[in-house]
This record gives sequence, C-alpha cells and structure tokens, in this order.
Amino acid sequence: MTAVTGTGPAAFLGRHEGLRGRLPGAALPWVEALRDRSAAAFRAQGFPTRRVEAWKYTDLAVVNASVFGEPLTGVDDALALPPAAGPRAVFVDGRFRADLSALEGLPFTVENLASALPRLESRLGALVRPEEQALAALNGMLFEDGLVVTVPDGVAGGVLELFSFATESERAPAFHPRHLVQLGANASLTLVETAAGPATARYMHNPVFEIEVAEGGRMNHGRLQQEGRDAFFLSTVYARVQAGGTYDNFTMNAGSRLARNEIHVALCGPKAECHMNGVQLLADGQHADTTTALDHAAPDCSSRQTYKTVLSGKSRGVFQGKILVRQIAQKTDGYQMNQALLLSPDAEIDSKPQLEIYADDVKCSHGATVGELDAEQIFFLRSRGIPLEQAKAILVEAFLTEAVEAVADEAIRDAVSRAVTGWWQRQGIQGGIEAA
Amino acid sequence: MLKIENLHATVDGKQILNGLNLTIPSGEIHAIMGPNGSGKSTLSYVLAGREGYEVTEGSVTFGDLDLLAMEPEERAVAGVFLAFQAPVELPGVGNANFLRTALNAVRRAKGEAEIDAIQFLKLARARMKVLNMPDDMLKRPVNVGFSGGEKKRNEMLQMALLTPKLALLDETDSGLDIDALKLVSDTVNALRGPDFSALVITHYQRLLNHIVPDRVHVLSAGRIVKSGGPELAQELEVSGYGAIQASAA
Repeated sequence: MTAVTGTGPAAFLGRHEGLRGRLPGAALPWVEALRDRSAAAFRAQGFPTRRVEAWKYTDLAVVNASVFGEPLTGVDDALALPPAAGPRAVFVDGRFRADLSALEGLPFTVENLASALPRLESRLGALVRPEEQALAALNGMLFEDGLVVTVPDGVAGGVLELFSFATESERAPAFHPRHLVQLGANASLTLVETAAGPATARYMHNPVFEIEVAEGGRMNHGRLQQEGRDAFFLSTVYARVQAGGTYDNFTMNAGSRLARNEIHVALCGPKAECHMNGVQLLADGQHADTTTALDHAAPDCSSRQTYKTVLSGKSRGVFQGKILVRQIAQKTDGYQMNQALLLSPDAEIDSKPQLEIYADDVKCSHGATVGELDAEQIFFLRSRGIPLEQAKAILVEAFLTEAVEAVADEAIRDAVSRAVTGWWQRQGIQGGIEAA
Repeated sequence: MLKIENLHATVDGKQILNGLNLTIPSGEIHAIMGPNGSGKSTLSYVLAGREGYEVTEGSVTFGDLDLLAMEPEERAVAGVFLAFQAPVELPGVGNANFLRTALNAVRRAKGEAEIDAIQFLKLARARMKVLNMPDDMLKRPVNVGFSGGEKKRNEMLQMALLTPKLALLDETDSGLDIDALKLVSDTVNALRGPDFSALVITHYQRLLNHIVPDRVHVLSAGRIVKSGGPELAQELEVSGYGAIQASAA
C-alpha cells in the first residue's frame, strides 16, 4: 500500500496515482478511462469552496484539512450485527461483506460492484456528472465496491436492506462506494439503507447512487444516516425515471459532523413521479445539508418534496431545492416545502428554493418556514401533567410527522419512526407521545 | 381546598389582579362572573401556572401546597385542571395518544400504575359516550378542525379522564348550544363530591342553571367586589355589572 499522507485533493489524487493498476477494474480500459475522467474533474474542482454557488452554505474546509487513510482490508470479526430479519447487503468501510449479508432466494439479482464490474460498462457512470459534482468525481476516481441491484421487468422485489458500517480505526478511512440500482418495466423495490459508524471515529463516507427506474417501475428509497459524530457523510444520488415510474426518497440526516445529502432526479417520461422527503435532526455543532435538483424533462409529471429540520445547540441546517421545468414539460405539478424548527438561539438554518420554469402550463409551488416551539402548545401540554421536556419532544415529533407520514412505504416509515425515537433518547429525552 | 390571599398579578407589566381574595372549600363549586377585562381569565392562568403571568404579591395555597411555587405540570398532577377558553390545536398529535400520554403522566407522578392502550381506549370511549363524542375524535389531531363545541367537549373529556380535585372552567360555556351545555354540565356534576371543587368562570347565568354553584363572586378591576349565593347570578342577569361596579367604586 502506498502511504500517502497530506490533506485535500492532492492526497486523494496521489492515492489514485499510487493505486493505479490495483483498484478494481484496472484491467478494463473503460473503467480506467472513467477513473481518469473523474480524476481530471476532481483535479479541476477540488473540494468546492463556498464561492461555488452550490456550496454557498456548506463549508468543506474541515474535510479539505483532514487526513484520511485507506480502509483496512482485514475482516473485522468484532462487528456485532443482529441476525438478518430479511434480505440484506452489508458493507464495512465501503466493502461488501458476503459473510454478513443475506441475499439468497431473491427474485432479482444482487451483486457487489467489484465482482460485477466487467458486465457494467453500459451502466456504470451513465448518470453521473463528475464535471459538475466534485464529490461524485472523487467517488468515480476511487470507488472500490458497491451494491448492484437489477430487478427484471414486472418483478416485485420487496424490501432489501443496505447496511453501511464504518469500523473503529485510527486510520480515518475514506471510502467511496458506488451503488447501482436498475428497475425494469413495472418492477418495484424498497431499499432501506442505514449508514452508521463508531460514535467518535473520524471517517469519510462518500457514496454515489445511480438509480434507473424504467416505465411503470417504483423505487422506494429510505435512507437513515446515523453516522458517528465525527464522520463526514457526503452522498450524491442520481435517479432517472421513465414514463409512469416513481422514485420515492426519504432521507433522515441525524448523524455525522457534516452531512451533504445531494439528490438529482430526472423525470424523463410522461406521468413519472418523484417524492423526496426527509428530516434532519441536528444537535451540538452538527451541520447537515440537503440539496435537491429535480429535472422535469417530460410532460404530465409530478413531484412532491417535504423536508423538516430540527436544530438544537449550535447546529446548522441547509436546504437547497432546485426545480427545473423544461419547455417540453407541460402540465408539470411540482411542490416543495421546507420547514425548520429552531430549539436553540444559536442554531441556524439556510434555505434556498429555486424554480426555473420554461413551460407555460405548469403548477409549481414552494414554501419555507422557520419557527420555534409554540409557548401556548407547551403550556397546554404541561397543564395536562406532561413534563416540560416530554412536552417539547411531543411537539417536535408532531412537527416531523408530516414528512414521515408522506413516506408511502410502511417498512421505511417504521424504520424512520424508530430512528427518530432513538435520536430523542440520545438527546437524553425520555418518552414522547404514547400510542393509544 | 383553595385559598387565594391578596393576589396581585401583572401581564406584560400591566396590573390585572389587584388584591384578590377567594376561598373555595373542598366539595364546593364557586362561580366568578364579571365584565370583559376584569381579570377572570388571568386568574385562571395564574392558578394554572402559565408563563408571562407574574404574581407580584399575595399567595395561593391548594390543600397544604404553595401553588405558586409549582410548575404547571406539578399543579396538574396535584389535581388542578384548567379547561381552556380557547383550546389549543396540536397538529400532528393524535387525540388518543395525547390523552393517554397525559393520563399516564399524571398516574406516573402519583405513583399509580400506567394504563395500557386497550384499557385506555375502553375508558376513553365510555367517557366519550357520556359527552356524545364520536369515536373518530380520538383519531384526529388534538382540536385540529374541531368545531368550537367539539373543542369544549374535548376539554371536558380531558377533565373526566384526569379527575382533578380543582377544575377551573374558563368560559367553557361560550360557543356551546343548549345540548352541549347540558353535556358539559353533566360532566362537571358527575365529578361533584367531597374531594372536588370547581371555579366556574362565565359571563352568563345560563350555565349556572345546570351547574348550580355554592357561591357566586363578581370580579371587577382585578378583585372580588361582591359575593353571594346562586341568586346573585340571577340578579346580575337582570341588573348587569354596571350597578355593582358603580357601588364598588
């Protein structure tokens, strides 16, 4: 292994050079070409500074200044996972772990990227724009593994869980998994993803998703980001949806020191739909950024976005949502709402909606609100015997409800509810609402 | 049960209560009547412990407790219940979940066993039947989209479930038709007993035909200016507050 120390883009570019010929797919010229193109794009952009419009509110200086190492290749037996409740794919430090996964008997194909590479020339990188997204370029240069899911036409894929764990390591590993999902015509899949790691370890998780939904297909994508509190979670999702298909993304940003949840969705055929919802639960000095870019590129499509951010301590939240409606995309129905609840005077939210509309017969709206907990509601709950902290928890839960209830898939909704409760418990708050 | 002595309170720096004295013995229901701005709602908020209502002088003892030193939730657990004049809406909070959470918060604080979801629903449905409330009001978010009358009945449902020792009814009759008024009164009357007292705040004598008070007090400019038996309410209905305010001045 090359021992590249140092920080910033130079360290990563050096790592790519040092590993040349040894990264997966080195024997495949098209893979090498993809890595080189990505490297050139990353060299040109580096880690974007706040002078770059798309990064105005999220400062990567701390990432730029950090030293990262290689993930260890050894098998970590200490990792304790609960037995699989259903099909699951497990990645540790970005690498597929067949021994921890449970993928038998599925009605569709699940492979790991490192093994499937020779068959992926037409798919890998098809949706990624390394020249525009620096972190996706970094991923394209250094990816080693990932999940490759292929659901044939008409197949109902059910629920698949994807776990990404980071291990405790002095090496501050940076890993860049590339996940590919392809749904055939009228196929469906629910992918529930959990990203987690040790509470205090420094690492970088830089995943890129490429998701293709064919005519009439439906992809439910639930993402629970619960990385360790010194981690950097830098994620870019690209999805392309054909006529009558649906991409439904719900992302919970609750972990990590700095998170960027960037989602690019293109609705490419008539009556395609996109739902993007999410919650950000932030405390202390956490920073979380959700940036969505929705491309209405066909007529009669609809999109719904509801994002809710709860901020305590000195945390900072960002929401940037761009909706592009091309001239051809008549009868577009687009809606975007983003709301923040500030629990502390030191917290901050930045919000930037952006509509770019070239069609003349569209319905497109957006809204944003920032508020604090309502004193009258708190008093009402307390006057019924509910302690102050529990009253606050109930009202925060209620604030999040709209975004959580917008999740169509039950498996995802349940996972989110559990995660939200877990977040409260970690904040030292016991007991929100009791179900009756 | 409740003893208020020389109570002075301000809201936003404005003096609202001016040396109010009032004693409600256990088992009694007292009514407070008075014109708008006389301090009726302020009194109920001060007793329930709402922030922003500053007591500048005086004392309130509830049993042997110093009520003013307690947090709102401690007062609730001790048995004080405020039925709000304008019940607060809680979007995103299911009514059943809210009711069970409140009931268990009170039971926990009293060292009683918590009530499970099945027992709770049985209890809630029984109480709702008495109040003529449809079952679906349990599923809806608290007070959201409720009519004025439904909100008031929901307040009474909370009271019936929490079984307080002291109920403060702040214009619970406003916005109610005669049938709903009767249901509300029945709920209060059902709680009547040696350990239950209530302070009924109202503009109108109408409610007091159904909840017959032991004593009636007239509040004006932040103090009690006249007290009497139930007949005082009827007197006021005829003569209005003007005469009393004039004679008190």
